[in-house]
Amino acid sequence: MEPTDSRQPVTKLALFWSFSRITLSSFGGALFWTRRELVERQRWLTDREFVEILTVGQLLPGPNVVNVTVMVGHRFAGFSGAAVALAGYLGWPCLVVIGMGLLYQHFGQLQPVQQALAGMSKVAAGLLLATVIKLAMVLPKHWRPWLLGIFAFAGVGIMRWPLLWVLGVLAPVAVLAVWKEVD
Amino acid sequence: MERPDLTALFLHLMALWFVAVGGPSAVLPEIHRYVVHVQHLLTSEQFAEIYTLAQVAPGPNVMYVTLMGWYLAGWKGAAAMTVPLVIPALTLTMIVGHLNERYPNAKFGRAVRRGVTPITIGLMFAGASVLARAVNHDWRGYLLTFATTAVVLRKTLNPLWFLGAGAVAGILGLV
Repeated sequence: MEPTDSRQPVTKLALFWSFSRITLSSFGGALFWTRRELVERQRWLTDREFVEILTVGQLLPGPNVVNVTVMVGHRFAGFSGAAVALAGYLGWPCLVVIGMGLLYQHFGQLQPVQQALAGMSKVAAGLLLATVIKLAMVLPKHWRPWLLGIFAFAGVGIMRWPLLWVLGVLAPVAVLAVWKEVD
Repeated sequence: MERPDLTALFLHLMALWFVAVGGPSAVLPEIHRYVVHVQHLLTSEQFAEIYTLAQVAPGPNVMYVTLMGWYLAGWKGAAAMTVPLVIPALTLTMIVGHLNERYPNAKFGRAVRRGVTPITIGLMFAGASVLARAVNHDWRGYLLTFATTAVVLRKTLNPLWFLGAGAVAGILGLV
């Protein structure tokens, strides 16, 4: 990546507000808003830099968008930059969901609320399924990745084995299987 | 509802997020297994309701863990379930981000990325299926779930519209 010295310095306050803005506009998928703020609005990153950061974020464990937040904050203002970016990014939604939790505890048992939630949760399951199908389209048309995916699905989704065991077996196999193809 | 062992919950989630290469949807089935079947803290329906509520809030989808923690044990519960989310990001991201800037084409990184992707997708399918089974008890429920999927695959709309339509369908007693 190119050095960023040539650009305006990014303050911690600016990081905090930028990531607050991203998170508060993110309804259903944060990626769109993250790119828009960092690349188009603030011009802190080029598209190419953004994709590189995103790729590393996806490779790492944890939520991708949280990883991206930490990397961007760190890149511009070190460890404390990562901390303030994260505070802006997760702080507000934390407060919002806790407010929802309060409402759920007080009104969650009411008949219409129960019915609305029941309807919404069926939709939420459908939304998740659609996201997964879209992502599955990127898999190569080859039996091996599909077989690994089916094993992971069956082990965790049907057998309900602990994720750590399933990953412990499948991940090394998966990495070894592609080792020769990656040059 | 049992009294939650927050230390156990915290440690389990911490271990989970350190290996959660697929992100929040890939760990969904594991959190469900742990909270519902191992610790018996919530019913499967409550788990699905909390997940759904969090989808209505702004911010990353993963915030359902904060809501769940808060519902189980107030502020301490919210912290016990949210902090583990951040620790791997703060430590590993900076280490690997640094390595990646120095060696952007390391073979190991690319092999992991390419190799693990199908597993991640399988795990996310597991999450969707666990959720669908938790919330649906008859064919009308499954119909709404699959109809949502079918429409989302064809049209790009804000997910809030779909959730709103689901709420209306629920209140009208259609599902």
